[in-house]
Amino acid sequence: MKTELMSANYAAARSAVSARVEVVAAYPITPATTVPEQIALLNEKGIFKGQFIRVESEHSAMFACIGASSTGARAFTATSSNGLLLMDEGLHWASAARLPIVINNVNRSVSPSWNIHVSHDDAYSKRDTGWIQFYVASVDELYHTIIQSYKLAEDERVLMPVMVNSDGFVLSHTLSTFDYLEPEEVDKFLPPYSPPHWVMDPKNPVSHGNIVFPESYQEFRYMMHEGTHNAAKVYEEVEKDYKKLFGKYFGGPIDCYMCDDAEVVFTSQGSMGAEAKDAITELREEGYKVGNARMRMIRPFPAKEIKELGSRVKAFASFDRGLSYGFGGPVANDIRSTLYHSKHRPIIKSYIGGLGGRDMTVSDIKEVILDTVKAVESGELGPEETWHDLMEW
Amino acid sequence: MMVATKDMPLKEYVLKGNAACAGCQDMVALRHAHKALEGDVIQVVPACCTSVVQSLWPKSGLAIPVLNTAFPAAAATASGVRAALKAKGNDHTMVMVWAGDGGTFDIGLQALSGALERRTDFLYICYNNQVYSNTGTQRSSATPLHAKTTTTWFGKAETEKMLDLIVAAHEPVYQFTANTSYPRDFYDKIMKAKEHPGPKFGHIFLPCPQAWNYPVEKGVEIGKLAVETGYWIQWERIGEEFILGRQSKRFLDPEKRKPIDEYLKMQGRFSHLYKPTRDDKKIAEIEAFIQHRWDVVMRTFT
Repeated sequence: MKTELMSANYAAARSAVSARVEVVAAYPITPATTVPEQIALLNEKGIFKGQFIRVESEHSAMFACIGASSTGARAFTATSSNGLLLMDEGLHWASAARLPIVINNVNRSVSPSWNIHVSHDDAYSKRDTGWIQFYVASVDELYHTIIQSYKLAEDERVLMPVMVNSDGFVLSHTLSTFDYLEPEEVDKFLPPYSPPHWVMDPKNPVSHGNIVFPESYQEFRYMMHEGTHNAAKVYEEVEKDYKKLFGKYFGGPIDCYMCDDAEVVFTSQGSMGAEAKDAITELREEGYKVGNARMRMIRPFPAKEIKELGSRVKAFASFDRGLSYGFGGPVANDIRSTLYHSKHRPIIKSYIGGLGGRDMTVSDIKEVILDTVKAVESGELGPEETWHDLMEW
Repeated sequence: MMVATKDMPLKEYVLKGNAACAGCQDMVALRHAHKALEGDVIQVVPACCTSVVQSLWPKSGLAIPVLNTAFPAAAATASGVRAALKAKGNDHTMVMVWAGDGGTFDIGLQALSGALERRTDFLYICYNNQVYSNTGTQRSSATPLHAKTTTTWFGKAETEKMLDLIVAAHEPVYQFTANTSYPRDFYDKIMKAKEHPGPKFGHIFLPCPQAWNYPVEKGVEIGKLAVETGYWIQWERIGEEFILGRQSKRFLDPEKRKPIDEYLKMQGRFSHLYKPTRDDKKIAEIEAFIQHRWDVVMRTFT
């Protein structure tokens, strides 16, 4: 392990190489573009020894990954926003085909209007595709989570694809140091991919994706649900191994900071979770019993951890950088539904903001947390949903 | 020298009990393609008739690996299969797409263009029955002028897309047209495709009794009439070298062609052209298109 200085996108490309990805298929879209650019360079220099397919669309990128993974190769792609939306058919296909593909989705707002900055709407709109979803807060975390994701996705108990989300520009184009692992080091953690279920092989011909009648279809869907659920437990093992081998640990599905005695816990996805840590530190200094729960994984939803946290806090201030139109904050509402079926029901306030790359600073986050603190102190729930920093037009 | 039927491998890769319709010419095409490939193949199939008839889970109607994929994605999926084989050091297995006209002329055209341009080493077969037959006979851009479909109830107003010219613009290493009424010729063309690494494209004329509305036993006859009336042209192109197929050669001369009525009258999809009386104007338009296609093909390739 050695220290390198790179943007998240370059680190993602390096991660794919160190994970001995065999096939990359990608199409450029801002802000993900520099991932395939870097893959191309590493390929042309002979550092990435796999195949790089310079496809003509994101739809083809995902289906080229599907073809490669179906033939037993470890496959990777990266995209953003509208690119992820164009992949939609392939996302559903990959998960139902149980192909352990990993994608780095560099979160970007969805058009119109054109906006290349971060929102989580692109990934949120894919929550129901079956893909496991991580959100990371640093270059280092992105690099290692991609490597971990192959171990997770390829586990026989899981066999579901993984989407690792990283915030556009905030991470994608920001240089930071990270702990780089050589492929030989990663080998100790990640063995070559050997499909345990099915593979395209002329020596053992099978048909995949055949017609399945109503008598059996539902059972395949149940198995997908099981596989995604299993990912929660398997990821614990993955992280344990990773920590043992490389001393790296990012906090499980929810990275908690000062949550032990907290009365109000702030939840968020992505890089904002790192800012939130500073906000919590400052609020603690000001005497507030608050904590930061950075949601690293939202599918499978970390219900066990949320229930555990929910059993001892008075309130959640749950922040979403995206929304389900006509309902509200996706993760906030997932927390609500998780905790409805429990004896102790804390206040769960939903906040929406930071859309289209609007900055969420430490003071913004403090304002959000204090709004929930006020609800706890006054006993007044206040609004179910609050848009942070919404101008009046 | 064309292959003799007795010299084709005896092994059958199209298995008994598949779900094809009676008289399905797709099975004829698949049977001969796989006899030529002899099992060392991965077949990619987008949504089309073949995705239905080749396999009803948990059984398989083909004795080769089949990867079903989404409608627009056949060529992209095949690109991934090829890349994986390459990454694993396999340089002998044929990656073959088997797609209908909808998945090739229309929704899959972009992916096809991309894969050809990237010089993907694969064989793309478009079996063209000139209609979205799997969804119940809707028009495609391969549907001929004046043919009735369930989205052109009184006949299609436009002529068919000349896909071969689009493909030729990508300069595949080997390109051919074929016709299920000439299975030995088709077998030979698949054998030839095996010899050419790089992008290859085969376009097969494939009568469909369901969609074209003719008696199931007439498929071969209709396929031959398509050639003999000059409607379908058999040709090959190896790099820059154009070879007009021996079945089509004499029909370059319009005088030698059989009247188009012989071809049209056998098919229910053109029945409105003869009821109550022969629609001379529309039939002349079909004839004009036939000559136009000959002119364009010969002008472009020779």
